[in-house]
Amino acid sequence: MRPAFIRTLVELAQKDDRINLLVGDLGFGLVEPFVQQFPNQFTNVGVAEQNLTGIAAGMAMCGKIVFAYSIANFPTLRCLEHIRNDVCNHNADVKIVSVGGGLNYGALGVTHHTTEDVAVMRALPGMTVVAPGDPVETAFATHALAEHTGPAYMRLGKAGEPLVHDPDHVSFRLGKAITVRKGDDLTLIATGTMLYSAVKVADRLSQEGINARVLSMHTIKPLDDEAVLAAAKETRAILTLEEHSILGGLGSAVAELLAESCESRVAFKRLGIPNAFIREVGNQDYLKDFYSLNVEGILKAAVVVMDTVRARQ
Amino acid sequence: MSNEFNLQNCGNLASTIRRHVLRMTHRKGSHIGSCYSIVDLIAVLYGNSLRVDPNQPKWPGRDRFILSKGHGCAALYAALAERGFFPLAWLDTFYENGAHLPSHATHWGVPGVEASTGSLGHGLALACGMALAGKRGGSAYGVFALLSDGECDEGSTWEAALFAPHHQLDNLVAIVDYNKIQSLGRVTEVLDLEPFGAKWQSFGWGVREINGHDLAEIREALISVPFERDRPSCIIAHTVKGKGVSFMEDKLLWHYRAPNDEEFEKALLELGGSK
Repeated sequence: MRPAFIRTLVELAQKDDRINLLVGDLGFGLVEPFVQQFPNQFTNVGVAEQNLTGIAAGMAMCGKIVFAYSIANFPTLRCLEHIRNDVCNHNADVKIVSVGGGLNYGALGVTHHTTEDVAVMRALPGMTVVAPGDPVETAFATHALAEHTGPAYMRLGKAGEPLVHDPDHVSFRLGKAITVRKGDDLTLIATGTMLYSAVKVADRLSQEGINARVLSMHTIKPLDDEAVLAAAKETRAILTLEEHSILGGLGSAVAELLAESCESRVAFKRLGIPNAFIREVGNQDYLKDFYSLNVEGILKAAVVVMDTVRARQ
Repeated sequence: MSNEFNLQNCGNLASTIRRHVLRMTHRKGSHIGSCYSIVDLIAVLYGNSLRVDPNQPKWPGRDRFILSKGHGCAALYAALAERGFFPLAWLDTFYENGAHLPSHATHWGVPGVEASTGSLGHGLALACGMALAGKRGGSAYGVFALLSDGECDEGSTWEAALFAPHHQLDNLVAIVDYNKIQSLGRVTEVLDLEPFGAKWQSFGWGVREINGHDLAEIREALISVPFERDRPSCIIAHTVKGKGVSFMEDKLLWHYRAPNDEEFEKALLELGGSK
């Protein structure tokens, strides 16, 4: 997703000199093409995320469109109050981009596990929260955020994520879920790096005669209420999939909506990371296996939910 | 407003602002001591130095002023109202339910306030961003951030202090209201900043230390920026908390206390006015 992001940003900067990229001394092997082509639109502020955020807001308040880039929790939790007061309260055109959302930096340890960012960013007034599901969505999202007025947070994976979409046959709009698979038995709503697994799970379920709908909820805020409520109405169960704490992220957003709607009787399950620090040591795949956030784990959860649904009937 | 410096006009503006602030904080809001230490700085900025236009508060070429110590906003609001950015009557509703002006600076619906502030350690980074944007856009505006001494405890202030000289932001001026009293005591007791000027200097700023209540000295500093070529400027303004009212001067209490009726009358007498 990182390469898709920077490629798109270079394209954008070519057309619009208001586009600025600010980094907090991270982006080795990534930002170079941007720096070379647009030295006057790039700043490395150093290892100083509060300053990164304040400067981004100040520039945006003077007409720039600023992408503020770092990794893991550094551009969000570290400088949270600066995001709230400087960026959001001024409705500044700052797009915070964090690479390594979720467990991408698994083996680097707890400091680099990015597992509460969506919950926290979602709580900020005026903040749009996006977690693209593959490189195609990343490119579309980068474009869309540059055009979108106001603050945004984009959570990316690192590199090498498989393609889910064919770029020529996908329509992307902020706040609109993409239906990746049609189905009327249950719905898998995935965000960010869980999208690919969701598609695999749907394929496996179809072999067992279960038609799973897959929604890519690349925009967690504003949530596509319509797509969620349609899923609640038209399918018998909803599972949310996120590489994030089960508190406050996609699962919570969907739960909040369902609980207040008349579709609240749909069977519902949040899959994510428990609300605990991860003490196990291991890479992204290892940790996702540990927490059953893999194809087998999701499959099992889906079957359990479907059994519950059948038992109710 | 003519840019020609008129000492008497600035002095009158300062006195008027002090009386406004007294009325605004009478029995409510307070931070009156923190306002009074910056009144003379604000009077020279808004009475003379800043290129701002009350009729076009968002004029792109305007100088940017950020009150990083947002708790001193009564002084800023008074100056803006006096300059015609919004009606003077708004000042009477400071801190009141349903009115325009909360007791930390807000830009929402308040023409002339560049940024909402109140949490300390935010203003200098915002100012750096504005100064950098100005440089990149080829705009000639200046950016002025007024900081408290207390917020120089914040690491974020020093992140920005490192940034500005590195990027040669000579269009940026940090003014520190060095009244030497912070929330819970004297700066020397809480977290000593000295050698303060040397710190800014060693970070790469052009530094000048002035009497922050001497209007001519303030004006002289403000027209001399940048003090050094290609460097941001730091004006360390030695000030007195509560300046202008004898019983408030240099007293921590007046960081918090709102004058009661008796104190209000006494202070008003000292400030020479009925306004």
